[in-house]
Amino acid sequence: MANTLNIVQAVNQALMNELELDKSVVVYGEDVGLEGGVFRATVDLQKKFGKERVFDSPLAESGIAGTAVGMAVTGLKPVIEMQFSGFAYPAFNQIISHVARMRNRSRGRYTAPIVIRAPYGGGIRALEHHSESTEALYAQIPGLKVVIPSTPYDAKGLLIAAIRDPDPVIFWEPKRIYRAFKQEIPEEAYEIPIGKAKILQEGEDITIVTWGAMVRDVQKAVDLIKNENISPEIIDLRTIAPMDRDSFIESVKKTGRILVVHEAPKTLGVGAEIISIVNEKAFLYLEAPPTRLTGFDTTFPLPRGEKHYIPTPERIAKTILEVVRY
Amino acid sequence: MRLEDYNPLENKEFSILNSDGEIINEKDLPDFTDEELLYLYKTMLYTRTIDEKALSYQRQGRMLTYAPNTGQEAAQVGSAYAMKDEDWLVPAFRELGAWLVKGVPLKNIYLYWYGNEWGSYMPEGVRVLPISIPIASQLQHAAGIGMANNIKGEKSVAVGYVGDGGTSEGDFHEALNFAAVFKAPVVFIVQNNQYAISTHRNIQTMSKNIAMKAVAYGMPGILVDGNDIFAVYAATKEAIERARNGEGPTLIEAYTYRLGAHTTSDDPTKYREDEEVEKWKPKDPILRFKIYLKNKGILTDEWEEKTLDELEKEVMSTFESIENKSDTEIDDIFKYHYETMPPQLEEQLTEYKSFLEGGK
Repeated sequence: MANTLNIVQAVNQALMNELELDKSVVVYGEDVGLEGGVFRATVDLQKKFGKERVFDSPLAESGIAGTAVGMAVTGLKPVIEMQFSGFAYPAFNQIISHVARMRNRSRGRYTAPIVIRAPYGGGIRALEHHSESTEALYAQIPGLKVVIPSTPYDAKGLLIAAIRDPDPVIFWEPKRIYRAFKQEIPEEAYEIPIGKAKILQEGEDITIVTWGAMVRDVQKAVDLIKNENISPEIIDLRTIAPMDRDSFIESVKKTGRILVVHEAPKTLGVGAEIISIVNEKAFLYLEAPPTRLTGFDTTFPLPRGEKHYIPTPERIAKTILEVVRY
Repeated sequence: MRLEDYNPLENKEFSILNSDGEIINEKDLPDFTDEELLYLYKTMLYTRTIDEKALSYQRQGRMLTYAPNTGQEAAQVGSAYAMKDEDWLVPAFRELGAWLVKGVPLKNIYLYWYGNEWGSYMPEGVRVLPISIPIASQLQHAAGIGMANNIKGEKSVAVGYVGDGGTSEGDFHEALNFAAVFKAPVVFIVQNNQYAISTHRNIQTMSKNIAMKAVAYGMPGILVDGNDIFAVYAATKEAIERARNGEGPTLIEAYTYRLGAHTTSDDPTKYREDEEVEKWKPKDPILRFKIYLKNKGILTDEWEEKTLDELEKEVMSTFESIENKSDTEIDDIFKYHYETMPPQLEEQLTEYKSFLEGGK
């Protein structure tokens, strides 16, 4: 049977599969039960699996993350939702001080294999705090994994892998493309390994590393310059931490050039880390300065200004040409 | 005792054993055997001995920062004794007496304060979470354990500890609220020792007492003489039974006093008057329990002397068993962040080891 889903539907199906397969999985957060989430990512789950396992919590992000720690150490698998990545800050202390540390603090006696899901990123004309890309904040925390899918197929497979992972996973979903396109994907559960990037397009001239909602913009940019006789290699990083370094190190050894495109601010962002790794591991292969094209080091603007913030396919295309023609 | 009889809004304090060692509330006196009474007393002595030795080791430069418990032994031992093996103890960091009752070996406790994570590796079957330093954050874990017990249909209760300062944190509110909303089997114990480092309890809240905060969460709250082992035990026992019967959480304020410093890093004479400390000394939980036991003919000087001697020897030999041989293994620093070490960490570990071996 055809199972053609967009990203948010794929997320829903992954949760559906895992709630079915693993009785220890519980799903909760603000408005995730009765309403099925403000983006409908958890729709029908409560109906199918009951209020014990899928439920609305009080409006308190620290409480959501903190109670998940208690559940996880006693054997449940909480998959919790932060309504927006920009609403997760009150939970920061629980995530950094406990979710990430329980295994190390107790020398493996206790673990907190929690999945923290949230829609991230801008481009949906939303209110303040609804548009941030915060992956770098979590990627620096020892003990956490950070995953960002870019397609329905990956969203489902990576979320299932995250739920089955023995360690806590920050799972940021690109809400700008939640419903942008559909893919035919398997209806049953499948896993995509965490920590593995995906080469979306092989090429010889430049390595472009990106993830999440920016993947499509990079693909559009490449399409804009398809007549320029440039052969770009596009890598969808998929896991921000621990990142698949070999994917882009090997690629840069071939292309000699790297451009990192992300929506989050530039300074001390994930792009900076990728470029440092390239400098350490593939320095002698470089033919142009490693380059970043990112969001600004500013607060994400309200809707009337957001078109300026997110790198557009046109800006990406121009930057690709600059790096290749350096 | 019935929790309903001690309305915290009326500022009534539940007590059984007064500071003169007299029973002032016969009806609620727990029905302990002589052996149980001596066990409780011995555990309080053990707690204090561990404290005193740790402080002396610290002064000799043999121990690192240590948070003493002196004066709070009844609040700790009494509450934990009401727990069953299947119940979870969720500590802050000043619950030594409770850990001992729950079966945490002294070796673990000293190892933790000596600076090695293996101290938090609890033995199999000991349901105690590691020390939690971020204030009040652990109460959320207690609430979550309680919620999980409901989901799994387990009859186990979580007992979460916090201090008076911790009641100012947002996590205190969120934890009590979650536990109440989900009718989670949780008992919240506030060891109100009057100080958060140097900040007096009066700066934490304008509430007449802390127990009354329970009212707004829709759960019972009770103010208990925290230096009275019988009252602390009886209140906790009733709260735990309530929780186990599916009636939800309870907030217990154990009103006590930290006779020592916050940790070995501060000097309490800087922020409180000697007079105040002197006023609390006669209320010492061990002292009043001792008078009671002696008057009952259960405790003899010989027993006490012999016991103290044994405890001191045990404490010293435990400390010596870890001293100078508990340096962290380098691999252990890296090994426990993820189930499988990511290549980035492996690389850092290998580079560092190679440096140590005088390699490249």
